[in-house]
Amino acid sequence: MNRILILGGGVGGTLVANLLVKRLRRPIDDGDVTLTVVDSKGSHVYQPGFMYIAMGGERAERLARPERSLLDRRVRLVVGDVVRIAPESHVVELADGQWLGYDHLVLATGSRIVPEAIEHFAQEAHHFYSAEAALKLRHALDAFTGGRIVVGIAGMPYKCPPAPLEVAFLMEAELRERGLREKSEIHFCSPIGRAFTIESVSDMATPILAQKGIELHTFFNVETIDPERKVVQSLEGEELPYDLLVLVPPHKGAQVLIDAGLAPAPGGWLPTDRHTLQVGGRPDVFALGDATDLPLSKAGSTAHFEAPVVAERIAARVLGREPDARAGSYEGKVVCFFEVGDGKGTLLQFDYDHPPNPPKPNRFWHLGKVVFNKTYWHTVPKGRV
Amino acid sequence: MLETPSTPAITRTIDARGSFCPGPLMELIRAIRESQVGDVIAVWSSDRGSKIDIPRWIEKAGHRLVALETRDGYDEIVVEKLR
Repeated sequence: MNRILILGGGVGGTLVANLLVKRLRRPIDDGDVTLTVVDSKGSHVYQPGFMYIAMGGERAERLARPERSLLDRRVRLVVGDVVRIAPESHVVELADGQWLGYDHLVLATGSRIVPEAIEHFAQEAHHFYSAEAALKLRHALDAFTGGRIVVGIAGMPYKCPPAPLEVAFLMEAELRERGLREKSEIHFCSPIGRAFTIESVSDMATPILAQKGIELHTFFNVETIDPERKVVQSLEGEELPYDLLVLVPPHKGAQVLIDAGLAPAPGGWLPTDRHTLQVGGRPDVFALGDATDLPLSKAGSTAHFEAPVVAERIAARVLGREPDARAGSYEGKVVCFFEVGDGKGTLLQFDYDHPPNPPKPNRFWHLGKVVFNKTYWHTVPKGRV
Repeated sequence: MLETPSTPAITRTIDARGSFCPGPLMELIRAIRESQVGDVIAVWSSDRGSKIDIPRWIEKAGHRLVALETRDGYDEIVVEKLR
């Protein structure tokens, strides 16, 4: 008996499960392999859609589906919170007291936002990293009649690296359409020395910021928010007044990974081999998606391209063969769309050895993102693309 | 190598070799947040961008670049927290 246990029902966990069914259908049907996904809510949420609740008329109810509906019927779904992982004894404990043993463990536990790490964040700052927060930002934008908007990043790494730039671009376009642009300033704060981590993307985005009159502040690491004076202050000693503050909240990995000694505090990102996706040199533990410490975007796309590697490696272990040299090695592939406003977008496609060379923003890539968002449910989680 | 007449003793060393931009800078920022004024932090980075980005950040943040030296396959950047 081979017991495969997958923690997390996001893009990575769901896709690994469905790809493993394709590779191990016979032993699963024969009862020699079990495949279990544990998810805390039993609901699969398309998180890239949150930004569009704030910026594009999206609705929260269209962004979630039952996880069960996305998994092959051969996969067992357990809904519950993981409270303990004991890698030495190969068991996982759930909040309801249930114990699940495993022979192969996949950690697809994602990342979580911790706005409480910055005092006054909850009262003063808006964000778009949950459906609820994105709707609140939408309401704030509806009520906005002009003033000073500050968009910033309150901790790295964070999910969907282009998102804050996209939001700045989309808000600028919206203010123009509403006749509020002349009465508004938009400031974009980057924690590093340029607009975006990847140099070629930064080189593409920086002239667009200038063209749209969005002021770029580099090396601005958010330190404190002063609600009395309505200013956000940086570790570097700069401060910016705001009427509307939009900050990416700090992110961390799952606490249970830190508690299990699998990921170091305080970040909680799993030390993951960049090619095999094994965790901490353990042959039976794999990670993908936001949970890893890999120097890549925390994005569904990363999990999408990592999942076939994890599935190939686990299938090889189950079948007692060597993993395929190509299919079993992750080369850092990520593909994601990047909105620049005014109905235009571009595409970021890269891997460990090849930085992105984004095409000039156009309508095609904006429409590509719209189509991808709408067809996601039928394609990515089911392993059809 | 940049050296002042009195190079203070290193209080903490961050080994960020193998981490890519902005990893080493973010590690340094985390260490600065956790340190006291007067602490001296050394960052080891194999990312080629660090020896440009980190001194720029040190200047912007008002700290002191104590030393910058290329070693065997990596750069050592030493910073003193001033405020």
